Amino acid sequence: MEKFEILRSGAVPLPIENVDTDQIIPARFLKATSREGFGENLFRDWRYTADGQPRPDFVLNNARYSGQILLAGKNFGCGSSREHAAWALYDAGFRVVISSYFADIFRGNALNNGLLPLQVSEEVLQRLLAEVEREPGTGFIVDLAAQQLYVPVWEQSIGFDIDPYKKECLLNGYDDIDFLVNQKEAIAAYEKQRVWAY
Amino acid sequence: MPKTLVDKIWDAHVVSSIAGGQDVFYIDRHLIHEVTSPQAFDELEARGLPLFRREQIVATADHNVPTRNQHLPIEEPLSRSQVDKLTENCRKYGVELYGLGHQRQGIVHVIGPELGLTQPGMSIVCGDSHTSTHGAFGAIAFGIGTSQVAQVMASQCLLLSRPRRMRITVDGQLRPGVTAKDLILYIIAQLGTGGATGYFVEYAGEAVRSLTMEGRMTVCNMSIEMGARGGLIAPDETTFAYLQGRPHAPQGARWEQAVAYWQTLYSDADATFDAEIRYDAADIRPMITYGTNPGMGIALSAPIPLTAAEGEETGFGKALQYMGFQPGESLLGKQISHVFIGSCTNSRIEDLRAVAAYVRGKQKAPHVEAIIVPGSKAVEQQARAEGIDQVLAAAGFELREPGCSACLAMNEDKIPAGAYCVSTSNRNFEGRQGPGARTLLASPLVAAITAVEGRLVDVAAVLETASATQPEAALAASA
Repeated sequence: MEKFEILRSGAVPLPIENVDTDQIIPARFLKATSREGFGENLFRDWRYTADGQPRPDFVLNNARYSGQILLAGKNFGCGSSREHAAWALYDAGFRVVISSYFADIFRGNALNNGLLPLQVSEEVLQRLLAEVEREPGTGFIVDLAAQQLYVPVWEQSIGFDIDPYKKECLLNGYDDIDFLVNQKEAIAAYEKQRVWAY
Repeated sequence: MPKTLVDKIWDAHVVSSIAGGQDVFYIDRHLIHEVTSPQAFDELEARGLPLFRREQIVATADHNVPTRNQHLPIEEPLSRSQVDKLTENCRKYGVELYGLGHQRQGIVHVIGPELGLTQPGMSIVCGDSHTSTHGAFGAIAFGIGTSQVAQVMASQCLLLSRPRRMRITVDGQLRPGVTAKDLILYIIAQLGTGGATGYFVEYAGEAVRSLTMEGRMTVCNMSIEMGARGGLIAPDETTFAYLQGRPHAPQGARWEQAVAYWQTLYSDADATFDAEIRYDAADIRPMITYGTNPGMGIALSAPIPLTAAEGEETGFGKALQYMGFQPGESLLGKQISHVFIGSCTNSRIEDLRAVAAYVRGKQKAPHVEAIIVPGSKAVEQQARAEGIDQVLAAAGFELREPGCSACLAMNEDKIPAGAYCVSTSNRNFEGRQGPGARTLLASPLVAAITAVEGRLVDVAAVLETASATQPEAALAASA
């Protein structure tokens, strides 16, 4: 996993709530057995017509918006557990998704792939969306170490929460496998004394 | 200190706790399938790691398999390569595989319970969000991503924060014609598609207790559709009776010991929950969804709401536009072209029996394409043994071979763009059953009635007519 450095970027607004992982990457594109290449089918059916033409009204096809931050409505990533959704967003260049809350499995998948799910209040989310829609070039700074989302145009910084362990993992590019494999002795000891062995 | 059921099971699986509040959480059973496991095996390979406890992993091929001619090689090259990759990985790492052609192959959440792999008090994971199904046995069961699949393969553990606890109690008895599917669609419609995010839900109350194991699985299956990390039901005599004698269930003296332990698995009387919700079973009617998430559900006989629920405004208009419906209109009388009966939600023998009981001696409407995809080879064989296959064939339904099929349309079972499909599956997202497909989620009984009528009709009225002419069939259908 790549280290998460300080990110300076514009944002792409997607003011839709309950974006499910079937929209992020439809099931028919899950047949690959590697992690790469899912970005081209990110938001496939919102982004392209059935015959593969870009839909001009979808934000990823709008040249006014660009950046590594996706600003999305609440309950982002609900539905299927497919990690391909996080891979597709990352592969398409996104490093941060800002929403007012995330579905649990998506949040975990994002964190395991160096994609930061940044949760803000609904009020802040609506202000951010309005700002970006008014001025598409608006830039942001995401400082994970300080847990701050800086909005230069407001001269204001917004704090956000993150699990301290996952924060360290993102900053250092570590993942849970490294940690868990080092626990093998404790795990084997647990197996010997557990309440009921299945 | 009094504990909830979730806490009892959780505590029994904590290896250690680390700073910041995460637990090293032990996994008893790991189920894998062809779509979300290949990258995890690659991860092990790349790091040179062995499988830590291979005997605790069980594999099946389900998401991407054809539902016709399973004895022949898979035609579609990418699907074949994914299924072959699973077979190759299982052989290489020594994982037990219920692959295509196996007598017990089927949807991962159908075969786990059938084989007795799912037991009370267990922790169970799978790279599939409907793993919550196994909570019906009083297990902590939940879906995980592929990185976590690799973690469990490498260590049999996950790093997790303890979930918040919610209890949903449904008092009283369900009305005739109202099934487990209606019960859970009702709950999701009340709470909304994100209403239980962060929670583990315990289902309780007389209406839940009265359900069969199949019905309990249907309820727990859809916990994820309101955002819950999982759902579970305390084990009882119904649970034990279902499990006894199954291939992987404990045997002999070990069975007695297991039951004695399982009987301790309930929420203590004065345990506290982070959220408590109560419903009255008598308020629940046969349900249907009208929108593009499972929270957009109504009683079949009720009109679509005029406006969105509070806080759900942005999706309402978009969803109705996709579905081709108007606010405030009734769905009764809407013509339906496709009926899909299957998926990990409703493809068990009891579901097929309910359909057969209703359609016996009837014919599907000529314009309807009705397919039934059993959850497993065992369900398929049982259906044949009971003559259900003949009843269905006579009624014009097509009985296929097991798999996830048109629930997620990864294989060739897709609903055409713009077509309406009454489906017993779990998700009505845009394009879920094929690009442009319009899904209406419902129970197997509603699906069967719709196939025969060719349009949506009020279940209560149909059952009344049926009970006047065919009392036995009506009784069976409403059981």
